[in-house]
Amino acid sequence: MSDHYQLSITVNDTQYQREVDPRLLLSDFLRHELGLTGTHIGCEHGVCGACTVLYDGLPIRSCLMFAVQADGHHILTVESLGNPENLHVIQQAFWDAHGLQCGFCTPGILMTLVPFLENNPHPDEDQIRHAISGNLCRCTGYQHIVDAVKLAAEYMHS
Amino acid sequence: MKKYIGERIKRNEDPRLLTGQALFVDDVDLPGMLYAAFLRSDYAHARLISIDVSEALQRPGVVAVYTAEIMGDEWQPGPANVSPPPTVENITFHSRTQLPLAKGKVRHVGEPIAVVVAESRYIAEDALEDILIEFEPLEVVADIEKALDPEAPLVHDDLDSNLAAYMVQDKGDYQAAKTKADVIIKRRIEIDRGAAAAMENRGIVANWEARSQHLTVWDTTQAPIPIRNGVASRLGLNQTQVRVIAPYIGGGFGPKMMMHYPEEIMIPWLSVKLGRPVKWIEDRRENFFGTTQERSQVHDAEILLSNEGKILGISHKFLHDSGAYDPYGLTIPLNTESHAAGAYDVPNYHSELTVVFTNKMYTSPIRGAGRPQGIFLVERLLDIAARELGIDPLEIRLRNLIPPEAFPYDREIIDQAFALLTFDSGNYKPAIEMAAEKIGYEQFIKEEGPRLRAEGHTVGIGIIPFVETTGVGPYEGARVNIEPSGKVTVATGVGTQGQGHFTSFAQIVAEQLGVPVSDIDLVTGDSADFHWGTGTFASRGAVVAGNAIHASASIVRGKVLKLASKLLNAPEEELELEDGFVRVADLPRLSISLGDLAAEANPLRGAVEPGTEPGLEATAYFGPKSGATAFGVHAMIIEVDQETLMVEIKRYVVVEDCGTVLNPLILDGQVHGGVAMGIGNSYYEQLIFDENAQLLNASFADYLIPTACEIPNIEVAHFVTPSPLNPLGTKGAGEAGAIPVPALFAQALENAFADVGLEILEMPLSPNRLFELLQEKVSQP
Repeated sequence: MSDHYQLSITVNDTQYQREVDPRLLLSDFLRHELGLTGTHIGCEHGVCGACTVLYDGLPIRSCLMFAVQADGHHILTVESLGNPENLHVIQQAFWDAHGLQCGFCTPGILMTLVPFLENNPHPDEDQIRHAISGNLCRCTGYQHIVDAVKLAAEYMHS
Repeated sequence: MKKYIGERIKRNEDPRLLTGQALFVDDVDLPGMLYAAFLRSDYAHARLISIDVSEALQRPGVVAVYTAEIMGDEWQPGPANVSPPPTVENITFHSRTQLPLAKGKVRHVGEPIAVVVAESRYIAEDALEDILIEFEPLEVVADIEKALDPEAPLVHDDLDSNLAAYMVQDKGDYQAAKTKADVIIKRRIEIDRGAAAAMENRGIVANWEARSQHLTVWDTTQAPIPIRNGVASRLGLNQTQVRVIAPYIGGGFGPKMMMHYPEEIMIPWLSVKLGRPVKWIEDRRENFFGTTQERSQVHDAEILLSNEGKILGISHKFLHDSGAYDPYGLTIPLNTESHAAGAYDVPNYHSELTVVFTNKMYTSPIRGAGRPQGIFLVERLLDIAARELGIDPLEIRLRNLIPPEAFPYDREIIDQAFALLTFDSGNYKPAIEMAAEKIGYEQFIKEEGPRLRAEGHTVGIGIIPFVETTGVGPYEGARVNIEPSGKVTVATGVGTQGQGHFTSFAQIVAEQLGVPVSDIDLVTGDSADFHWGTGTFASRGAVVAGNAIHASASIVRGKVLKLASKLLNAPEEELELEDGFVRVADLPRLSISLGDLAAEANPLRGAVEPGTEPGLEATAYFGPKSGATAFGVHAMIIEVDQETLMVEIKRYVVVEDCGTVLNPLILDGQVHGGVAMGIGNSYYEQLIFDENAQLLNASFADYLIPTACEIPNIEVAHFVTPSPLNPLGTKGAGEAGAIPVPALFAQALENAFADVGLEILEMPLSPNRLFELLQEKVSQP
């Protein structure tokens, strides 16, 4: 069997040291080694966007990357945002606007939107639709997601 | 009293889902868990000559490998059909159900042949490569129209042909009507396969605890209770020894209603066999090959009309593709028949259904479930008739709608529940007028359309009414209980896959008990909490489970009033339930909280009256005698890019009548999602098979699910005709959004290309296919 590598990684501001198989996907590492199961796997080939996490602040597909490639880097997952009693402002907007149904694609969409809204505090509808066009959702038809993003932008200004 | 039903209440389940804390099947992690991977056939049809698993067993970390042969006597076909064939005369039905692992031969690409169980998923998948199989490839049945050729290869060797089922249904006298028709229109109409493509793939975790002799199964199923019953039966366990949990499910859309998939038998069996927890999570590629698909049918259809555009009859002789097996019976084609006369009063009807086996993944309902095909058929025929007769498409529809006084309206055929199909209630004309008004139909036809075309835009409009049979039986049940904390717990057996049941069902309880929706905790899909039920399918949750919950909550309300009357010394009529308290209406000081009342109802000592039941709890069931029929109208305006033939939807209007609305926010979301899937079905999504029944686009990179850029804003309006068949007056809505979209796309595209006489007789389309159809028109004017 392959040798394991020493991995040093910061996830949601916590530092982890782990011995990992070099072929272990970052998505599997987060979910099954660290137990951060909020990151979901929808296609394992980088199309659906459900597994999106932030890699040094940028949204990436965690299913397209090996955990060892994140050595020394900083990952943020949906668990970094808020908790049920104290939701992040984007999560609150998704709740208020019914921006989710089954909720499976939602963590990836939220993690796509965190940097998007930081860089685009006043997005118009076309920009919002373009921003989430790399995240597939089968339940909502996207309309309430778009509403939620508009609402989140409003909340962020108030 | 405060109203809860009909309010736009945000969902109880969302905070956990939004923070990644909701449990999905792949999140289940148990000590000592093993991981399974299935070796699936690369051939659509081949004999299995030999299978050598010895190398796989040598690989470090591999615990076990099974094939049908290794399973020995424990290999059994089945379980039986999800839906048995209808009990009507003169029906042919050959039941051939899926196998836990293929034996002797494989019948579709993706059929499981062997399973490896290992210490990690990575090792299990590696070990699949170690298994050596000698195949003898066989001729393939890839095309439903060739399946019944005398020289066609046989999918099931023990049958004389690939005929799976044959059935005729008649209303009136179609042949007699034909002699009186002024206009007869005949067309061949084809609909092809698509995938449901829920974002979460399927998955199962099973944990056999030998010391307690108890099996727990987490399954991405829409039908947790029937899964429990089937697993218990298959493993020779009592039903009480098996607990099935369908936790949060990442979208269902039908294929998770299919049961039992081979994996749903194998994973529990493996856990018992190996005495350890076993997990299997489908990957997306497996989902394209090993999860059910739907829609392929070919119709030779005919419509009879008078010169005034009145429909005299509809007939269709059609082929339905069952795939390699037929576990789901005739549900899909019976739904097609139930919708083949749409929302119209059609006096004469004849259908001749032929179901065939092919070497493709078997089919089972996907959101719409045969209904989109039926609506596509009748609406295509009507559009062609309208052109032939020189009648406006909207006008010809108005002339044929079932009038309000005709309800209950008898179709005189049997439906998917094998009951005579009766439309319980409806008022179609005002709803279609409402949609026409909202989209500006007249104005577009007379002014806007011609003006835009003159400016060089290729624009079109469509408007399609449709019915949806919903809310079929047999039954669902629920238990409602008031806890001493004042919280209300509700348990029901239907599964939930994002429809908002934790909230809409809570609203039904809140309406009866006057408790805030956020204080009502619902458990759905855990057989330990409620173990009777059939599942979430056929747009039946709000109708069947909803009314069972209403019935239970009503009984609890009765118990609350009775006990409070005694304790507060006031007549029941003077009591009101609000904000978690029972109050005497004129004397609000005199009140007791529901929690305290629940504690009073469960004394620890003392004598009670004979016959007293403890607590404030009730269990009740609801079984409708027949389904409730919803109605809706979709209208849209499109612009087609002349170079790319991409379609931009400029406006999309929905008028939906699903009876009493429980939560308009959730309902709008259901409609949006349905429309989005319908748009995929119409212009983006098609499973492409080659002549060897090999699927060529088995990935999300190649199978195009619409993104936020393809789906427009959808304007939803409601029109309410309550169903008389249940106390809440609800009709189903879950599938509605998807049903009329293909028919609407065809109509709007024909309107956009009226100048070249475009005629659309197939779905799905794509820009490429539209280009070909237009080229044909140009080359043969």
